[in-house]
Amino acid sequence: MREITYRDALKEAMAEEMERDPRVFVMGEEVGHYQGAYKVTRGLLDQFGAERVIDTPIAEAGFAGVGVGAAMTGLRPIIEFMTWNFSFVAFDQIVNNAAKMYQMSAGQYPVPIVFRGPNASARQVGAQHSHAVEPFYCNVPGLAVVYPSTPRDAKGLLKTSIRDDNPVVFLEGETLYNVKGDVPDAGEDETIPLGQARVVREGRHVTVVTWGRPFYTVLEVANRLSGEGIEIEVIDPRSLRPLDTDTIVQSVKKTNRCVVVHEHWPYGGPGAEIVDRVTRDAFDYLDAPILRATNLDVPMPYALHLENKVIVGPDRIEKTIRDVLYKS
Amino acid sequence: MGSLDMQPGEAPAARDELARMFHSMQLIRRIEEEAARAYVQGKIGGFLHLYIGQEAIAVGVEAAIRKTDWIITTYRDHGFALTRGTSARGVMAELFGKDAGCARGLGGSMHMFDGPNRFLGGHGIVGGHCSLAAGVGFRCKYLKNDEVVLCFFGEGATNIGGFHEGLSLAGLWKLPVVFVCENNMYSMGTPLERTLPAKDITDKAPGYGMARDRFEGQDVIEVRDRIAKAVARARDGEGPTLIEILTYRFRGHSMSDPGKYRTSEEVEERKRKGDPVRIARQRLLEAGASEDDVARIEAQVEEEVADAVKFADESEPAKESSMLDYVLARTTSGDGPREGGGA
Ligand SMILES: Cc1ncc(C[n+]2csc(CCOP(=O)(O)OP(=O)(O)O)c2C)c(N)n1
Repeated sequence: MREITYRDALKEAMAEEMERDPRVFVMGEEVGHYQGAYKVTRGLLDQFGAERVIDTPIAEAGFAGVGVGAAMTGLRPIIEFMTWNFSFVAFDQIVNNAAKMYQMSAGQYPVPIVFRGPNASARQVGAQHSHAVEPFYCNVPGLAVVYPSTPRDAKGLLKTSIRDDNPVVFLEGETLYNVKGDVPDAGEDETIPLGQARVVREGRHVTVVTWGRPFYTVLEVANRLSGEGIEIEVIDPRSLRPLDTDTIVQSVKKTNRCVVVHEHWPYGGPGAEIVDRVTRDAFDYLDAPILRATNLDVPMPYALHLENKVIVGPDRIEKTIRDVLYKS
Repeated sequence: MGSLDMQPGEAPAARDELARMFHSMQLIRRIEEEAARAYVQGKIGGFLHLYIGQEAIAVGVEAAIRKTDWIITTYRDHGFALTRGTSARGVMAELFGKDAGCARGLGGSMHMFDGPNRFLGGHGIVGGHCSLAAGVGFRCKYLKNDEVVLCFFGEGATNIGGFHEGLSLAGLWKLPVVFVCENNMYSMGTPLERTLPAKDITDKAPGYGMARDRFEGQDVIEVRDRIAKAVARARDGEGPTLIEILTYRFRGHSMSDPGKYRTSEEVEERKRKGDPVRIARQRLLEAGASEDDVARIEAQVEEEVADAVKFADESEPAKESSMLDYVLARTTSGDGPREGGGA
């Protein structure tokens, strides 16, 4: 084990998989010569050459479609979106082609492709650059949606996603790239299965399910509340589809309370899905309604103080936790 | 439209007009230099894409159109906001996230808007706004007025679907739109040769059934006259034009881009040969203005910029009520195009 950044963990996963399998290649805007807009692909061009680390023009629908075509016919593309915000330009390719092809062709054309890139808001980049896209893609059968919160998960889950024979929407937290954490040594080949949540912190009073940037905020709040004797169990689903309902439900049966914290808009999405599943499977164990702490239901404003109000932060998370504990 | 019959470059540029143009270009230049400073001080956040090096385009264009025409552009939008008539205060306050900003602090650098001045905004998704431009052109044709829409984008945008489909429809329906590619040679970190299968972007025009034009854009008068021709065609119902203006950005793609993909020799060479503000200054002197006249304009600009920064510093932060109130429009009257908004 050594400490590396989330960014480098992702890079290592790609490098090791490209090393292992010549069919794997990376394609996207500025991934090669520029070394990646967020430097996630730094060094890959030198290591693998321009035939496998391919710079594209600004043509998201085009290169996403190229990826799907290549994947249908045996290659294993990793398509980088400079940010997931721009994936909406390629939505048709991901939703109508990548996700539906295998079933539509009665299994004749699997689509082993990974779409990856930074997700959710950065800082002060305004409404068109601040989407957390997980609700859009979680809605689609045929897609896996993966969202690692830590460097170790980033590496292990990306390796699994690249080896998966299905299309994977791989979301990286735009503000998490510099986060450091323990990751197995290079070449150790740790893979982490999709659909297996992780209990990050044990506690008995309330279960908090969270991922992405709020993952870190929740841990902060949990540490603080622990000083008051409130013990929070924190669960990171790691993949939002498939979703590991069992781990969450087991936890809620123990704590009898549940809060879901996420950075996407409140209407629908995986947050609402978790509420639905816990209500269905653990209704008799609940001592309070399940609540969500989410971003506000507005397009992201530019001004920093407003952005801070919109993004789910420690205050809203703490208040929500106190609410389900009836301790406000 | 006096400039209609003139050959490019031939238009006599009156000293007054040159003085106004120089003022405008100098203002854009200085506002952006101050913005860059404020960015480093943390007063401006997010992405800040500077227009420095391309000022002759926004200013030349404004001289070729009417106040009733429309402009839409990308995230590199400060110059157009200013030429459309947004005050330096309104631009700077927007950059600072203040309520007095031209989008009340909700839009920031990439999303300046000015309804009363018919500035349809800066847009963040490359190419998406080309279709919007076609829509505004559709509206002008629908209302049978002689207004014209100008749509600006970089050469990087010409590969994307929004561009292609927007131009397809505009060409098909002969909409009064002038599509202007500001080709500054780089799409973020990638030089033209590696993003475009064609060397000449206007080669695409015939495919869309459009007229075309292509020229260097460092001289504001050249820009004014060449744009005027395309605008006249659009106004006369002859349909859209695709124009490629060759230019150069002197800074990185945005403040977060150190621009390592270009040599400093290349940038210096470009600045030496084609600094549009210096060229405009020179033209003004040649038209008979004295060094004193020029210095007076520069001093005026300094005052305006200092005032804008002070104003932005001191004005009220963006309001929470704005971000909530503007999610959905309250009108249900269907009264047709709205022009309000902003401060
Ligand atoms: C659909 C989409 N893809 C990618 C981006 C990221 N991006 C923003 S600007 C840019 C380069 C654009 O270059 P160009 O069109 O030449 O305009 P310039 O910035 O040079 O004025 C890129 C890749 C984006 N904003 N939207």
